[in-house]
Amino acid sequence: MADDKSSFDSVAEGPRPSSEVTVSPVKVDSPARAHPSVTALTDQFGEAILRHEVVATDQHIVFIPPDRNLEILSWLRDDLDQQYDLLRDVTAVDYGGGRPLQVVYQLFSLFHKQALRVKCELPLDALEIESVCGLWMAANWLEREVYDLFGITFKNHPDLRRILMPPDYAEGHPLRKDFPLRGRFSRAEQTRRALSQDLKHYYFDDEIELGGESQALPPMDGPQALPSGENEAEAEVETGVEASE
Amino acid sequence: MAQKTVEFTLGRNPEMGMDGRPVMGPLAPIDLPEPDIESDNMLLNIGPQHPATHGVLRLICELDGETIVRCIPHIGYLHSSFEKLGEYRTWNQVVTLTDRMDYLAPLIYNCAYVMSVEAMMGIEVTERCKLTRVIMMEMDRIFGHLLWLGTFAMDVGAFTPFLYTFEEREKIYTLHESYTGARITTSATRVGGMMSEMPEGWDQGVRDFCNGLPRTLDECDTLLNENGLLLGRTQGIGVISGEDALNYGLTGPNLRGSGVPYDVRKDQPYYDYESYDFEIPVGEYGDCHDRYLVRTEEMRQSLRILHQALDRLPKAEGPMDVPDPRISLPAKTDAMNDMESMIHHFKLVTDGIHAPAGESYFPVEASKGELGMYVVSDGGTKPVRWRVRPPSFVNLAALPKLLEGHLLADLITINASIDIVLGEIDR
Repeated sequence: MADDKSSFDSVAEGPRPSSEVTVSPVKVDSPARAHPSVTALTDQFGEAILRHEVVATDQHIVFIPPDRNLEILSWLRDDLDQQYDLLRDVTAVDYGGGRPLQVVYQLFSLFHKQALRVKCELPLDALEIESVCGLWMAANWLEREVYDLFGITFKNHPDLRRILMPPDYAEGHPLRKDFPLRGRFSRAEQTRRALSQDLKHYYFDDEIELGGESQALPPMDGPQALPSGENEAEAEVETGVEASE
Repeated sequence: MAQKTVEFTLGRNPEMGMDGRPVMGPLAPIDLPEPDIESDNMLLNIGPQHPATHGVLRLICELDGETIVRCIPHIGYLHSSFEKLGEYRTWNQVVTLTDRMDYLAPLIYNCAYVMSVEAMMGIEVTERCKLTRVIMMEMDRIFGHLLWLGTFAMDVGAFTPFLYTFEEREKIYTLHESYTGARITTSATRVGGMMSEMPEGWDQGVRDFCNGLPRTLDECDTLLNENGLLLGRTQGIGVISGEDALNYGLTGPNLRGSGVPYDVRKDQPYYDYESYDFEIPVGEYGDCHDRYLVRTEEMRQSLRILHQALDRLPKAEGPMDVPDPRISLPAKTDAMNDMESMIHHFKLVTDGIHAPAGESYFPVEASKGELGMYVVSDGGTKPVRWRVRPPSFVNLAALPKLLEGHLLADLITINASIDIVLGEIDR
């Protein structure tokens, strides 16, 4: 009776895949399942390839040290046996709990029809990595988005500023796990900021310079007079965040 | 794809050359000396509320006369942080967020999301479910392209195709509604299957639509393909080379218009796309006109896939959902009568599906380009991270490059030709 499992047991045990395929991340030792680029990377860079994982049956992830990302990625783009000429995506993952943030590069080679995922782990106290804009222009906005939503600084990025959130957004970086779903400020403070007529809410600095003083909006009275933070504690939080920005 | 050559009666379109391209140089000889006016560049703000920006897109242009010197796109006016919201919802609840992104082709987004989750969990969906999703995705590719065709034609000055394409789109709206109950926010997919079995006669409805569409496409072709105004406003405008397009990460018709035959359906096939007989149209010059030709041809290729998928449908008998009580809800009658089914039902509804720790990036070919859904799980019922690789977002990033040295009037054409949807750009 012990191994005669009913479907009720499976509910108690939690999910298992319906098919025979293993789905949990597995360390790959057998060369049969290895990715040709991963083998080549290990031959070329040796110790710099920190880890190799296979997820979802056939998706390969390579972990590299963040200070060598430019070197390894440009090799992946230019080497004739790799030719990862399409940068599909740059994003980041925050697992929360003080674990390091992961910067994820999704690469694809049109010639070899191969996909590879490269990850760099950044400790929370050093959120800096070299920009790959020089290799793929596609990284321009994607890195800006990661900077905006995760607060990771991309060194030598041509135009690193917020993209989805307003330029003067002072509540932090929304996709981090320590960011509350409704934001850090009170509703009243958020409304006050949204209705404020400060020119800097609407234009970036270089645009204000380009437009000249004559384009400044006239001051508006009325909605702007909404109360700021609801209590003193919130006001403290606000100033604290602004200082850290 | 060969360039169409059009013959004009001389004198009717004096600014148009015999090859259909505008004759370069001044129309009349100008002897006036260059005016020596010291002038600054002008700053022009377009949007966010402007009909030709296709949503709340804002473009700050620095103009030298009528020529665009620099263009800075501003996005984020529609930002709703779907990715953050997704981290607070169970795997199935996220589906409702996906169709709010590209509301012009919602079913592709529904399908792409659950396909990624299924790849992560190692679920193999049934043959019938695969075919249904292929039908839905191809139908919505046409759905998205039809809207693009109408608005693109309107942006270059032709109003009639807009009416024709919206008549056809209305038929797809009706098909959406009869399957899912909603016209735009479909939310039709579930992890491991679909929301329900196809309603009676739905596949015949898709078949009727497929039979009727070529006539409308032909009518639009008659109106547009040899239209001097359209040719003059699109040929040689917004040119980007294949190498540049790839470097900028363009995907979909924008990349194929530049001559790079990259299509996820062919290069990284999913759902047996390799077994369908269809072709990938590729442009030659990489200008707005090639992007127009590629998209109109893609609709015809989608029709071919639809016909093949509909032919296979009767052979794929069987359940729509994966017969696994940990993933699919039991039938309502079972949940009411059978103890075990009721427990499964209760657990699935209150707790949700448990996904094993892992992650998956699943690319599909959406109507705008490559749509990648990247999901990360730590073994719970909610995603740790849900990331959408937005095709329009990456395509729009190349807009300043496409606009280089063009006139202000070309901005509207170029912006229309890259086919963006702001709901997905801002997310």
